[in-house]
Parts: sequence; structure tokens; C-alpha cells
Amino acid sequence: MNLQDILLAINGRIICGENRLSEEFNYAFASDLMSDVLTIQIANFILITGLVNVQTLRSAEMADINCVIIVRNKKTPSDFIELAKQNNITLIECSYSMFKTCGILYNIGLKAVY
Amino acid sequence: MLFEFKIEGGDFSRAGSAASETKKILKQLNVDPLLIKRIVIALYEAEVNIVAHAYQGLITVEIDTEQVFIRMEDEGPGIPDIDKAMQEGYSTAAPKVREMGFGAGMGLPNIKKNADKLNIYSDINKGTTVEITTYLKQGYGT
Repeated sequence: MNLQDILLAINGRIICGENRLSEEFNYAFASDLMSDVLTIQIANFILITGLVNVQTLRSAEMADINCVIIVRNKKTPSDFIELAKQNNITLIECSYSMFKTCGILYNIGLKAVY
Repeated sequence: MLFEFKIEGGDFSRAGSAASETKKILKQLNVDPLLIKRIVIALYEAEVNIVAHAYQGLITVEIDTEQVFIRMEDEGPGIPDIDKAMQEGYSTAAPKVREMGFGAGMGLPNIKKNADKLNIYSDINKGTTVEITTYLKQGYGT
């Protein structure tokens, strides 16, 4: 499904990387533990996390993740947004809990990476 | 080609910059994206380990047509029991490291999974050297 549908489903707010709204995504992984994120072998899945720090984006960069959904109504600071832009990572803020976000996205067809 | 990166212990704001720079270089060299991912994940995990545990470190990335060889030398407390440190779930990380999303005892095992060859040498109260080799040609080095 494309990112626009995902954005609407979770009532999300796009922070940067609007150019990717028509891009298709099939898989997602949810974690606040970046060590777990770095073990995922496939590329280009959506990362759902409540962790907002530079290592979230560094982990996304290394793991070839192009889209990060920040849940639990966490706000992304300007240096975080700047780093996301530099690495061409789309950022979405979502006010829902991680559980609710995952439930909605699973229900509309986004698949688990394992 | 040889690149060097100096790493400051405790500076989490810059942790990952060596891996980020290396990724850009490997992309420019048209290395297979799957290999790039393995190389930079191993490098990033090891870079975070230096920031988390050591006082300072030096990362050397050597790229030729057959392999990428990364040597990470740090000055720090060293690893008392390398076999134990290689076990998934074993960690001595401080709360600050856990706040960053690490410290679950998965770094070294994940480096091993992503490396074709891994050597770790450690001297207590002196430091640790981690060497990661990734072969760029299938079957090379095996």
C-alpha cells in the first residue's frame, strides 16, 4: 500500500519526505530497541518507534529504512528532522500508542517482517 | 583506499558518523547494496560499542577490489571475557546506552552475523581491537 494510505489510517502528520507519499510499502517493524532493528535483513520496511534520538535515524540509515513513524505523540526536534532530511528518510508523527498504530496498520494489510 | 575516523567515547551525538560516511563511500563505489548493509551494520554496532564503553578509538576502513577490512582500535577498559560478550543478551552497558536503544547484549553477535571474518583482541584496562572483514566477491576468502 502507498504511504498516503498509511498516513491516513493512523491519522499521522508528515514531518519531512513528502516526496515518498506515493511509494509502496509492504512491511513494518515496531521497536524502541535499535539493536533489534539492526538485525532485520530485508530492506525498505517501515520502522514504528517511540524512540526519538539521533541513533534512531542512524539505525534507520544503516538498515536501509526509508520511513520512520514516531508514535506515542512524541515530537521530533529540529536537529532530528534535519538529519532525516539529510538521509532522505520520511518522518511521520502519530499520536497513537505503538500497539494501536501496529494494530491499525496490520489490519489494513501491512505485513510483519517475521 | 584507506579512510580513518576518530571516535570519542561517550559522544552519542556523533555515534554512527563513521558508519554513515563509509556507507556513502561504498555507495559511490557501486558496491552491492546487500553487502553495504552488512558492512555498515557491523561497523555501526562496533562504533556504538566504542562510544558506549571506551574513552576513544580509531576506525580504519580499507577498501580494495576484493574486500572491505575494518579495524577498530579503542583505548578503554577492555573485555574481560570475550566468549561471554559474544553471547546474545549479555551486556555491561550503562543506562545512558540503553536510552539510546542499545545495550541489549546483541551488538557483538550481530557484528559476527554480518561479518565474513571477525577478530577481537582485548587487553584489560588497555583496550579492544575489533577487525571485521567482508569479501566483495562471492566465494573469496572461503
